[in-house]
Amino acid sequence: MATAISVRNLRKVYPGQPPVVALADASIDIKDNEFFTLLGPSGCGKTTLLRMIAGFEHPTAGSLTMHGENLLDLPPYKRPVNTVFQSYALFPHLTVAQNIGFGLEMLGKPKAEIRQTVDEMMALVKMTEMADRQTGQISGGQQQRVALARALAPKPRVLLLDEPLSALDFKLRKDMQLELKRLQKETGITFVFVTHDQEEALTMSDRIAVMSAGEIRQIGNPRQIYDQPAERFVADFIGDTNFLPAEVIDTKGQTVTIRLSSGKEIAARAAEGGSHKGKVTLAVRPEHANIGPEADGLLGGTLGEVVYFGTDTHYHVALEDGTGFVVRQQNRPDAAAQFSTGDRVGVHFAPGIGQVLKD
Amino acid sequence: MADLSSAAETQASRRRWLLLAPALFILVFAAAGPLLITLVYSFLTPGDYGGVEWQASWQAWFNVFMERDIFDDTLGWSDAHLSIFWRSVKLSLMTTVLCLFFGFPTAYFIATRPKKQRDLWMLLIIIPFWTNLLIRTFAVVELIRAEGTVNTLLIWLGIIDSPIHMLFTEFSILLGMVYVYLPLMVLPLYASMERLDFSLVEAGYDLYATRLKVLRRVILPLVKPGVIAGSILVFVPSLGAYVTPRVMGGGNQLMIGNLIELQFGQGRNWPLGAALSITLLAIVMVALMAYVRAAGNQEPHRV
Amino acid sequence: MSKAFNISRQNGFTTIAITCFVLLYLPIVLLVVYSFNSGPSVAIWEGFSWRWYQSAWENDQVQEATVRSLVIALWASAISTTCAVLAALATTRTRKFKGQGAVFAMINQPLMVPEIVTAVALLIFFAMIKVSTGYTGLAYLIVAHSAFCIPFAYLPIRARLQGMDLSLEQAAADLYATPFKVFRRVTLPQLWPGILAGAMLAFVISLDDVVITEFVKSAGQDTLPTYMLGQLRRVVTPEVNAISTVLFGISVTFVIAFTVLGKIKN
Repeated sequence: MATAISVRNLRKVYPGQPPVVALADASIDIKDNEFFTLLGPSGCGKTTLLRMIAGFEHPTAGSLTMHGENLLDLPPYKRPVNTVFQSYALFPHLTVAQNIGFGLEMLGKPKAEIRQTVDEMMALVKMTEMADRQTGQISGGQQQRVALARALAPKPRVLLLDEPLSALDFKLRKDMQLELKRLQKETGITFVFVTHDQEEALTMSDRIAVMSAGEIRQIGNPRQIYDQPAERFVADFIGDTNFLPAEVIDTKGQTVTIRLSSGKEIAARAAEGGSHKGKVTLAVRPEHANIGPEADGLLGGTLGEVVYFGTDTHYHVALEDGTGFVVRQQNRPDAAAQFSTGDRVGVHFAPGIGQVLKD
Repeated sequence: MADLSSAAETQASRRRWLLLAPALFILVFAAAGPLLITLVYSFLTPGDYGGVEWQASWQAWFNVFMERDIFDDTLGWSDAHLSIFWRSVKLSLMTTVLCLFFGFPTAYFIATRPKKQRDLWMLLIIIPFWTNLLIRTFAVVELIRAEGTVNTLLIWLGIIDSPIHMLFTEFSILLGMVYVYLPLMVLPLYASMERLDFSLVEAGYDLYATRLKVLRRVILPLVKPGVIAGSILVFVPSLGAYVTPRVMGGGNQLMIGNLIELQFGQGRNWPLGAALSITLLAIVMVALMAYVRAAGNQEPHRV
Repeated sequence: MSKAFNISRQNGFTTIAITCFVLLYLPIVLLVVYSFNSGPSVAIWEGFSWRWYQSAWENDQVQEATVRSLVIALWASAISTTCAVLAALATTRTRKFKGQGAVFAMINQPLMVPEIVTAVALLIFFAMIKVSTGYTGLAYLIVAHSAFCIPFAYLPIRARLQGMDLSLEQAAADLYATPFKVFRRVTLPQLWPGILAGAMLAFVISLDDVVITEFVKSAGQDTLPTYMLGQLRRVVTPEVNAISTVLFGISVTFVIAFTVLGKIKN
C-alpha cells in the first residue's frame, strides 16, 4: 500500500521559560486506506501532530508530505484533508444541510452537485430527516454525525478525527465506534484518529502509534501493541501488566532466556531495538499467567486479596522478592475456588509469553 | 534548520498591526496626541486674546497653586484655586460615600432577587446610566429650583411661605452628582455580588455570626473588589465633573472642571488651563493606579 | 408558627434600595410628565397638551441641532465601529503580543481620561489646525466623537469575539474557505450582534456628549445637548422637557435593544 502521509522528524517547540516541546522529532508513515490511531495521555502531543497535518499549527522543524506533495507550504484551506473536531465546531448560524455543504460550496462546486452530495452524506450518516434543523436543536450524537458528514462531503483523501467520541456517553460511543469503522471501510478514506482511550484504539485501528511526552514510543497493529509492548510506558498505558525483574542469560535472535528472581529460567520474547543484556524487566499480562500449587510455579508467593469480577477472578499474589503480581483467571462453572487469602501459591506462565522490555 | 514557524508569526504580527492601524490613528489624532500638545502648552506664555505665545514659561505651573500679590508682590498660596481644589476633592469624596451608602443595599437587593427578576431590576439601573447626563441633571434642577416641584409642593402644603434656596449651593452639586453617578456604583457592586456564593453566608450563620457580622465578616470582604471598583468609577468622574457643577452650581460654586473652562473663556489663560488639565489628569491617574494595585492585591483571594 | 430564617436578608437594605429606585426615577418621571403640561410651569399642572413638542418641532435651532446631532452620531458610530471591529479582530484570541499593554491603554484611554481634559486638549489641537487650514466644518466633531466612541464600540465586539469558538473558523478553513471567506461566512454572521450592540452604544454615547462637543464645536455648530446646555442659562420652559423626553425615549429604546442583542447566544 502506498504512503498517504509521511511525517519526518516533525518538531514543535512553544517558546517560553522554559520552552515547551510539544512534539519531539516525530516520524510516521500513514498508508492509504488505513485506520491509523494516535494514542496517548493528554498532553502527549497527539493533537498537536493532528493539527499540524490539518494546518492549524506550524512545526518548528521537520517535513510533512502527502502523496509526495509538501503540505507545509499550504494553508489549511488548500490542504486536501478534513477534520472532525472534538467540539464538532458546527456553524450555529447554518442548518444541518448547509453545514454539510459548506466545504463543497467553498470549493465552488455547482449547486446541483452540492445538493446531491449533501443528500448522499446525510443518508450515509442517517440524518436525512434533520436536514433543515438548526445545529443547536439536535442531540450530541446527531451533531457528531453531522460533523462527520461535513468532513466527508468534500471527499478528502485523509480524514482527521480529534477525539470525536469523547463527548458521547458510553452506549453511544460504542455504537459510533462501529459506525466509524464501517464508514472508513465503505469510503476507503484514510482515517487519522486521535484518542486517549486505549480500548477505542484497540478495537478500531489498523495501526496505532502510542505517544508520550511529545514522542512516539511504539507503532504497530493492535495485537503487536498489546502483546508485544516495546517499553514499560506502552505496557503500562495499555491494559494491565505485571513487571518482573529478570536477568538475561542467553539470546537467540528475538528469543531470550531469562532467569527470574526465584532462580528459575524460562524463554521470553525480546522487544525490538533493545540491548537485552544483564538486568531487564519482564512484562507479563495478568490473563497470560496461571495460579497453582507452590511447587508447580515459576515464582512462589502468598495469596493476598481474591477479587471476584463475574467473568473472571483476580488473584493478588505477594511474591517472595516483594513485588506484587496479579493473575486473572476466567471463571468456569466447573472449577471450584481452589485458593483463598493467606495460602502459599505458585505463579506460572508459558515459555515465550513474557515480553522483555526495551528499557 | 530554520524555524519554520517564525515566518508565519511575522506575517501574523504584520496583519495584527494593519488591523489596529485605523483605531490607533484616530486615537492618536483625537485623544492621545492632543494630550501631549496640552502638556507642551502648559509650558508656554498666554496670548493676549487667548491662545499662546511660543515662549517657554513656568508661570502657568506656578499659578496652579501659587499667586503673587497684586499690591506688594509677595508670594502666597492661591486661595481661590486651593478652595476650588478642596471643594472638588471634598464633594467627590462625599459623592463616593453617599453613592456607596445608597448603592450597596441596592446592589445587594438586586443580587438577592430571584434569577429571572434580576435582569429587569438591573435594567432600571442601566436606563439612567445610558440617559444623557445633562437631562438627568436638568431633571434634578426642576425638582429643587425656586419655582420647582419641591418648593411649590411645600408652599401649597403651607409648610413654608417662601421657596427654600437649594439650587446653586454645594448641596445641590452634591445632590446632582450622587444622582448622576449612582448607577456607576451599582454596576460593579452588583457584578461582584451576583457571583457571591450564598453557601458562604449560610456557613457564617452556621458558625454563630449575627446578620451584621455576616455582612461585615463574610459579605463585605468577598465583594470588596466591587466596592473598590465602584468607588473609583464614581470618584474619578466626580473629580472631573463639568456639566453637573455648571448647571447645579450656577457659576459661583466652581469645581476643577469649571476652573479649567474659565481659563479658555473669560480667563484667557490657555497655559494655566493646560496646566490645570494635566494636574487633574495626574490626580485621576494616581487614583486609577491605586485602584489597579488594590484590585491586583485582591487577585490571590479570588476563587 | 415561627418565621423561616431568610439568609439573604439584611436589615434596612430593602428600604434603602426601594428609596433609591424611587429617587432615581422620580425626577425623570416628573420631567416626562411636565413635558405634556399645557402651562409654562414645571410645577403646576394645567392640563395635557402636545404644545411644547410642537414648539420644539417648529424651533429652527432645535431642528438644526437635531439634524447635526444625528449626522455626527451616525458618522461617529460608523467610523468607531469599523475601527473597533478591526481592532477587536487583532487583539482577541491571540497569544500575548509585544505592545499589547500599550494598545489596550490607547483603546481604553477615553474611558480613563476625564472628559474635560480631553475636551481642552482637543480645543487646543483643533484650534491649531483651524488656524492653519481655515477649515471649520463638522469633521472635527466627527473625528473627536469617533475617538471617544471607540472603546464603547470595542467592548461588546471584543466580548462577543472572545465568546466565539475558535474551532469554528478552523473548521471553515479546513473546509476550503479562504481567510476572507472565513470572515464573511463564519466570523461575521456570528459577530453581528456584537457589532450592532457596539454601534448602538457608540451612537448613544455620541448623541449624549456635552463636554467635548461644547469645546470642539465652532460657532453655530450646536448639537442637541449643547443647545440645551445653552438654554438652561435662560428661563426654562417645558420645551426643554419635551426635547429631553424624546432623547430619554431614544436611550430607553437603545438600552432595551442592546440588552436583547446581548442575550442572543453565541
